[in-house]
Amino acid sequence: MKVSYFPGCTLKNKAKDLDAYAYRSAEALGVTLEEIENWQCCGGVFTTSQDEVATKLSSVRALKYAADREQPLVTVCSACHNVIKQTNHAMQTNKEFSAKVNRYMANDGGYNGEAEVYHYLEMLRDLVGFDKVKEAVKNTLKGKKIAAYYGCLLLRPSKVMGMDDPENPVIMEDLIRALGAEAVIFARRNECCGAYTSVESPETAKRNASAIVENAKAAGAEMIITACPLCKYNLVKNGADIPVVYFTEILAEALGVKEDTDGK
Amino acid sequence: MQRVGVFVCWCGSNIAGTVDVQAVSEALKNEPGVVYSANYQYMCSQAGQEMIKAAVKEHRLTGIVVCSCSPRMHEATFRKTAAAAGLNPYMVEIANIREQCSWVHKDMMTGTEKAIILGKAAIAKVNLNAPLTPGESPVTKRALVIGGGIAGIQTALDIADAGFPVDIVEKQPTIGGKMAQLDKTFPTLDCAACILTPKMVDVAQNEKIRIFSYSEVTDVHGFVGNFDVKIKKKARYVKEDICTGCGACVEKCPMKKVPNEFNLGMDNRHAIYIPFAQAVPKVATIDPNACNMLKNGKCGVCAKVCAAGAIDYKQKDEIIEEKYGAIVVATGFNPISMDKFDEFAYSQSKDVITSLEFERLTNAAGPSAGKLLRPSDGKHPHTIVFVQCVGSRCAACAEKGKEYCSKICCMYTAKHAMLTRDKYPDTEVYVFYIDARTPGKNFDEFYRRAVEEYGVKYIKGMVGKVVPEGDKLKVQASDLIANKQLHIDADLVVLAAAIEPDKSARPLATMLTASMDTNDFFTEAHPKLRPVESPTAGVFLSGACQGPKDIPETVSQAGAAASKVIGLLAKDKLTGNPCVASSNELMCNGCSTCERVCPYGAITYIDKEFRMPDRTTKIRRVAVVNPAVCQGCGACTVACPSGAMDLNGFKNSQIMAEVDAICK
Amino acid sequence: MENNKYLREEILRMSGVNTSKCMKCGKCSATCPAYDEMEYHPHQFVGMVEMGDIEPLLKSESLYKCLSCFACVERCPRGVEPAKVVEAVRLVAVRRQGANRMTANDVPETIEEDTPQQLLVSAFRKYTK
Repeated sequence: MKVSYFPGCTLKNKAKDLDAYAYRSAEALGVTLEEIENWQCCGGVFTTSQDEVATKLSSVRALKYAADREQPLVTVCSACHNVIKQTNHAMQTNKEFSAKVNRYMANDGGYNGEAEVYHYLEMLRDLVGFDKVKEAVKNTLKGKKIAAYYGCLLLRPSKVMGMDDPENPVIMEDLIRALGAEAVIFARRNECCGAYTSVESPETAKRNASAIVENAKAAGAEMIITACPLCKYNLVKNGADIPVVYFTEILAEALGVKEDTDGK
Repeated sequence: MQRVGVFVCWCGSNIAGTVDVQAVSEALKNEPGVVYSANYQYMCSQAGQEMIKAAVKEHRLTGIVVCSCSPRMHEATFRKTAAAAGLNPYMVEIANIREQCSWVHKDMMTGTEKAIILGKAAIAKVNLNAPLTPGESPVTKRALVIGGGIAGIQTALDIADAGFPVDIVEKQPTIGGKMAQLDKTFPTLDCAACILTPKMVDVAQNEKIRIFSYSEVTDVHGFVGNFDVKIKKKARYVKEDICTGCGACVEKCPMKKVPNEFNLGMDNRHAIYIPFAQAVPKVATIDPNACNMLKNGKCGVCAKVCAAGAIDYKQKDEIIEEKYGAIVVATGFNPISMDKFDEFAYSQSKDVITSLEFERLTNAAGPSAGKLLRPSDGKHPHTIVFVQCVGSRCAACAEKGKEYCSKICCMYTAKHAMLTRDKYPDTEVYVFYIDARTPGKNFDEFYRRAVEEYGVKYIKGMVGKVVPEGDKLKVQASDLIANKQLHIDADLVVLAAAIEPDKSARPLATMLTASMDTNDFFTEAHPKLRPVESPTAGVFLSGACQGPKDIPETVSQAGAAASKVIGLLAKDKLTGNPCVASSNELMCNGCSTCERVCPYGAITYIDKEFRMPDRTTKIRRVAVVNPAVCQGCGACTVACPSGAMDLNGFKNSQIMAEVDAICK
Repeated sequence: MENNKYLREEILRMSGVNTSKCMKCGKCSATCPAYDEMEYHPHQFVGMVEMGDIEPLLKSESLYKCLSCFACVERCPRGVEPAKVVEAVRLVAVRRQGANRMTANDVPETIEEDTPQQLLVSAFRKYTK
């Protein structure tokens, strides 16, 4: 299976391992990630205001690229996924917005929300299947107690994102179990890490991030996984004393492809 | 040709404000058949009716058109007037120039024009009216009450008290319903069991009342006064008439790990069980999903220890068929699932509970014998947070919560908070509320007592997140008056879950052809004036199946429903509706289409001998309508491909005449 | 007052939010992870915009404290979406001339070895027009 892949700015820079593990793991599961040519940064935040058009055009171009190839559009980074999914939803449901966008897109042919957007986790669940992932595990993670930290971008707004129950998600826990480890559930797994405010008010991020780590530890976690570079940054920066890793890293480890990527 | 009189009503300024009533009565004077036309301020008043009666005599009227309000309002009034004047009541037609005309138009010209057209249509129809005589049907003097909670119990007792036999069908092994699970009742704090169980005993001992427990209604046919009902009595594998309720079987049953639904799964029961000590009927029931003997034939202990020999592993479901004159729905409510509200961590911590679970925790017969202990570790909680409106007043998402106010939560939470402070003064109690809604008698005084005398901390705000950590529940909440976010380390969090109609209500409504609202509450015939009757004749509503209700309100509604049932059963015969369908058998081609669309099962087919033009005879299959069962909905008349079906009072020719008059 | 009426309409249009749906339960402010940093809280944003009392909000630091985590949007029982109101007010503020809160010149002193690009990109989106 081939899918269109939107890596995003951070995965090409500070989060190269998130990207590399994603590639190798997909390959091991029979999925080829075809990187979208000339992709542009998603902007990191979906601006909800109805009159914001220009900031959403890069997402529309990525969507159109996937739609033209009749491929699902897959992202790994929570922020890219959130922006692209919300933009696609706006293209499908907001006629005024989609008309304005299509005026910019006139030379490239129109786009009306035809693409299907998957987060890498959804790709594993819906296109590959967690049972297939389980079968492909070479190094079981048995005995590890792993807590899945969702943050806010993957789940909300749930009416648009539609990934999982926004208050009681299971998708990452199901992945953890498929890899043989024990999923540790903690209440703050869907609370915000502090996000972009760590630029100017690090104390917000500090308070939120340490509460999240403390809660995961109290629930018995030995490791936290996340899909978002900013979540990882905020958690690590604010003194997480258990490992915080990308979910693709434990996936690559379990599938036995982690070593291949470490040298890269 | 009819001699028609037209009477245009002003309805004060309701009609006359936007319709020139004088112009209307003038314009209609020249319509075919009209011999008299007048207008008056209030046609429905005594003087107005006298005016109609006098005109009937003076002008020898054979038909009457009243241009007034909706026929739902006063058609019956004017039919009585006509009858008093010696006319057949079905010679009256109403032109609705209020709801469908004056109230929806702002401009006098358009209003008047439309009123004239509506009047013309009614005149065209009345010219084709024929006198109709309603039939009569007998009344089966027995009532069925579906649901054995406090609503059903009260209704059944009141009906039986008037001397009519009543059957209660209850799907659980015992009657008692939700009230049997409660501890104390607001605002007087008498114990629920102390006031409910004597009523349950009254039901059991009343010769007029039969209880079908562990049973469900599976089929309803017929009509008001004559319902045919099938009741499935589920196999309980215990002979009800022999079992003495001694409980020896329960004691010895080796299967002890079945979640106890009476205590909402907070403790376990045996595979053979009596839900609670005061159960009625007090007989054991075997849970077929838990019993080893029923599942794989290995055990049989209960049969060995039963001195009475009541155990019967071979018992089968039994269908009981009975006739009833009236049916009362009393199917009650349930708290909604907390699955979609996991910001409160209900699925993550045993110490986050619903209010009904709190009732069991404080009930002397509950899982902790009435001691308020945390479900997780059995310790006494020192800080308790109550959260109101969990899933109530929730318009954001239909699959999550309910848009309505559940009505009972403000009061039971005040009760829980007060009782906790009374019994355990060392406990801090917080109640987060949006509005404290306490409009009942002595209700607000009760809530204020919780605050002022018992020191319950009421905080206007909501809980946003509950985080279980260690042995605490970290509660994050807003205090809107102080404009602060609060962080409380609680030991127990109690959620006032919204209530919803019991799941059995929707299929039952289909069986009864009774209407429901979008929330699956049964609809009443009129929200103010007929609150305990369903729009389906002979079906009555009691308790929370019609809308959220507390106990005092449920009991008064239950009594009101009973009085309506008694009024019906006291009659020997019921006058039917003459506006029923009839088939022209010469035109009927026997296709059965009408039989299939009839929602009431009023149409059957017979083979009938017809004389042919050549003097031979031929047997043809034709439709026959049972006028006692037909409700006059008209579905068959539209479905009939050959035009053989017609509805008395609304004949195809009459409808077409109206349309012609409007389009002319 | 005329100005506020215009601003109110503008903010409602931009956000797509109907503030009159608010039943003043306080769930948004109960759930907000940036509450203590804010001078005006989510429920006040909704209430003040509904009343046309918008100037104090435009001047407030609170605009830049909202994390856009959408917890209030998700948990509001009436579907009011307070975060979208905050965002619309913030856009009105930063779109005013010279109101950019962050410029490219600020980047060198903000950035550290491990700062993810996502952080800067998001911050720019939030602090500038």
